[in-house]
Amino acid sequence: MSTLEAAPPVTRPVAPLVIAGAIFALLALTPLFSELYGGAYVTSLAVRAMILAIVAISLDLLMGHAGLVSFGHSAFVAIGAYVAGIMVTEGAQEMALILPTAILCAAGFAALSGAICLRTSGVSFIMITLAFGQMVFFGLGSLAQYGGDDGLTLWSSPEVFGTRWLTSKEGIYWVVLLTLITTWALTHRIVGSRFGRVLRAARQNPTRVASMGYSVFRYRLTAYIIAGVVSAIAGVLWATHAAFVSPSLGSWQRSGDLIVMVVLGGMATRNGALIGALFFILLEEVLSSITHDWRLIFGPLLVLIALHARGGLVGLLDRVRGAAA
Amino acid sequence: MSTTLILIQLLNGLQLGVILFLIAAGLTLVFGVMGFINLAHGVQYMLGAYLAVWLYGLTGSFLVALILALPLALALGLVLEFLVFRHLYDRDHLSQVLATFGVILFLNQLVKVLFGPASLIVPVPEFLDFSIPIVDGLRYPAYRLALIASGLLVALLLWLIIAKTRVGMLIRAGATNPDMVSALGVNVRQLFLVVFGFGAMLAGFAGVMAAPVFSVEPGMGDNLLIVAFVVIVIGGAGSIRGAFVAALLVGLVDTLGRMLVTDGLRLVMDPSSANQIGPAIASMLIYVLMALVLFWRPEGLFAPKAAR
Amino acid sequence: MTAVLELTGVRKAFGALVVTDGVDLDLRDGECHALIGPNGAGKSTLIHQISGVLAPDEGRIAFEGRDVTSLSLAERAIAGLGRSFQITSIIPEFTVLENVALAAQAREGSSFRFFGRAAEEAALNEAAMEALTRIGLGTRAGITAGTLSHGEKRLLELAIAIAGRPRALLLDEPMAGMGRAESEALTETLKTLKSTYPMLLIEHDMEAVFRLADRVSVLVAGAIVASGRPDEVRTDPQARAAYLGEDHA
Repeated sequence: MSTLEAAPPVTRPVAPLVIAGAIFALLALTPLFSELYGGAYVTSLAVRAMILAIVAISLDLLMGHAGLVSFGHSAFVAIGAYVAGIMVTEGAQEMALILPTAILCAAGFAALSGAICLRTSGVSFIMITLAFGQMVFFGLGSLAQYGGDDGLTLWSSPEVFGTRWLTSKEGIYWVVLLTLITTWALTHRIVGSRFGRVLRAARQNPTRVASMGYSVFRYRLTAYIIAGVVSAIAGVLWATHAAFVSPSLGSWQRSGDLIVMVVLGGMATRNGALIGALFFILLEEVLSSITHDWRLIFGPLLVLIALHARGGLVGLLDRVRGAAA
Repeated sequence: MSTTLILIQLLNGLQLGVILFLIAAGLTLVFGVMGFINLAHGVQYMLGAYLAVWLYGLTGSFLVALILALPLALALGLVLEFLVFRHLYDRDHLSQVLATFGVILFLNQLVKVLFGPASLIVPVPEFLDFSIPIVDGLRYPAYRLALIASGLLVALLLWLIIAKTRVGMLIRAGATNPDMVSALGVNVRQLFLVVFGFGAMLAGFAGVMAAPVFSVEPGMGDNLLIVAFVVIVIGGAGSIRGAFVAALLVGLVDTLGRMLVTDGLRLVMDPSSANQIGPAIASMLIYVLMALVLFWRPEGLFAPKAAR
Repeated sequence: MTAVLELTGVRKAFGALVVTDGVDLDLRDGECHALIGPNGAGKSTLIHQISGVLAPDEGRIAFEGRDVTSLSLAERAIAGLGRSFQITSIIPEFTVLENVALAAQAREGSSFRFFGRAAEEAALNEAAMEALTRIGLGTRAGITAGTLSHGEKRLLELAIAIAGRPRALLLDEPMAGMGRAESEALTETLKTLKSTYPMLLIEHDMEAVFRLADRVSVLVAGAIVASGRPDEVRTDPQARAAYLGEDHA
């Protein structure tokens, strides 16, 4: 028997960390800039972009790493937002109660719907997640006592252990940024963990993974629940920031936008979903400042992206760097 | 709650079911034969309705509008196929989802620009603008009955084509085994084009017929499209028979559910809570139905093959 | 010698087509039991039923004395049934090392661990390197698996199977598509492995079969027509007529 060779060393690329660091630094400085230019509008836009980035990162865990194209992901945002909205309306303003309730509701819905969706795969999975998303959308829209289709205004704001600092302008900004950084870091750790390794392998070859002794279904369901819970937390933040929730948070177009963000940025890359979400919001702003009918431009753009640019922005960046090197 | 009310709701459910079938039929064939997921299929329905609005405005006759709208809906479908969809058949589902999502955004906005964001109506054609007594004390609009009848007629026609003609045989074969069809020397691209154009025309027909009943507005096809997906999932992808049964089932469950759930809840809880919870449950009923069917048969009720 | 794996009256039909027709088969400790037969005899279908990809219609499959007939593919793998696939089945985007480490991970502790870096777990990487070295793929550990040559991929299959520290191996044509030198090398490797891992081997390479196998069973049209020591089967008229005569006329 030959001697045992040593395992090849593990390399950790530095460039993505630098890029992410730059993005987070830029976001941290945005409140300062907005004092000089743009004002509250800019910080509010940044908060919205960051919340969507949190959701997009959680969706990439499903789409990019687990290979599960969920077209109902915005439903989890809506669930989180409505839990916050309804509890505040009913007088339970304490975040320490709201957050766990939102997490439990999202996890419960993810476990139930996921157990059914994950019995199928491919196109059926897309259609069924779409249908479950729509179910939440209509379900929330028919809650007449909580605003129905028109949505629900949060007349008072959530509190953190009795204080109001979360709903101050700076408070929500820093909490959202911190949540974004935490989500970004933890998701990366999950992808690289034992669990994530099984998930990534199952995307490529589920039969092989099962024949190694893994129940692929359990890993996928767990990922589905994790992604749902993260999105619900983002939903709670959204409700806190906007002081208004409506069923449209969970509309299927929203889910479509989220998929676009992930693909636009580059699936299953360290920073793809983050960059994609921020870029999407910027693009929306720029296009809609050019014309009110910006979707006339955005729609065909999507078709072109789908046909020609599947590596996303991160892939483009890599190619540029590759050409420069 | 009276028997007449239930009868009316039954007819309303049938009407929804028929429209759903017309949309789902094309969708399930396109998916079954080409393995192509077309989110923009609901847009074809919307285009049909807008064609009806436009052509009615031009000609002043619903019948003429209907006759002109069908070839135009077909042409629009083929243009979309040529410009976008044919480049997607060999792509993965995610590319298909993204590109067809882009098509929806574009066309929804386009009709908003061309026709305005407000909802429009097409008047019921005069020769059908009366109601028919069905049982004592119950009259039902003739146009809606005509809609149901024409939908059932199309279903019958479709069944004849699929079951009896050579093209139908190829479509059935294609849904079960696409490789075999190409091995037979059939031009698959041409078959795709036929199926696609036909599906677009059916959805357009549904749109024209629905125009006098529902309001015509941008995005009107999107929600119906998702319900059509529910129909396909329940019926089994690629199966016309499945689409028919599931469409009627979904139409009836949705319509009757909206009436019966709240009434049923009143029996077990106080009326005000029932009034609050009832509509929420009713609006989710078809999705629960889908979940139950999937739990029992993940491949749908009439799947033409075990797995794809 | 005790039977590690025991099949009794296993039957499977697809519609009217009976693909497995009441098969009785066993695998004993320390042996290599080869299953041969013409194409379409139902060998792969049988392996699929043993490993749990397909469920038999009738009959019983016992592994180490325990009835595993109703267990899933994953559950049987945990019970100790390792397998290779006839058509190469690996994780193409992973490195060779990570392919095997994933298999080792299934045996060592829970995989519901969310934050530790799996790629840096020394115990897993060492177990993987040990399996790779044993198969002769040690120097290729850092390569992306999808870019390996066909023969190397077949070896990786085997490394994945033994890294799960199975109690028995199901090998579905491990030499399929290999060159002469490659399959001879693999035959030698399997010879050293069979004392540790009793193996049920499906193989078309008759030379390899007769060098490796302690027992040979001949499967024709879903049923076993002959079974015994290699030299017995080689001379068995029924087996010759059914199979050997056909391929080696």
